[in-house]
Amino acid sequence: MILGRITGNVVSTIHHPVVNGRKLLLADRLDQNGKPTGAYIIAMDMIGAGKGETVLILDEGSGARQILDDASAPVRSVVVGIVDEVELGSG
Amino acid sequence: MLLGRVIGTVVPAALVDELSATPLLWVQPLNKQCKPDGDPLVCADGTRMAGPGQIIYWVASREAALALDPWFVPVDDAIVGLVDNVHNYTKEELD
Repeated sequence: MILGRITGNVVSTIHHPVVNGRKLLLADRLDQNGKPTGAYIIAMDMIGAGKGETVLILDEGSGARQILDDASAPVRSVVVGIVDEVELGSG
Repeated sequence: MLLGRVIGTVVPAALVDELSATPLLWVQPLNKQCKPDGDPLVCADGTRMAGPGQIIYWVASREAALALDPWFVPVDDAIVGLVDNVHNYTKEELD
């Protein structure tokens, strides 16, 4: 899983049936200091994450299909958690 | 999933049987500001409705093979949907 920050959304009306009724969020990938790395990802929202929130993104296909409960879903990235705080250890 | 813009149609002269019913489009990957980012690639069109100029989102690897109907064709990149609008929140909206 990766940490991301929601910075936008994508609107789509013509798409694979698995996207029906689901929100697509644009997220910046975050580095160890919580800053954007420059890379982004379009992730499907499963928990109602909103703008500016730091989120936990599952970026793996079979886990995503398990969460969507659809063995044929062409989806790899899903938002699976909203992060309150990330503590960086000093070790 | 990532954004891309369809920049052309690929018309094959010969294809393996498994790909014979698959529309193939040439896609330029985009960053989230919809500016070109990276090298073009050929995507199978799971929507069968994309065309040149259209902004789309696409998946790679095994998930691409699931985007088509019938599914599990041997492709490595596939278009999942057409994009109507990409909204990037402003700095003020995010703060």
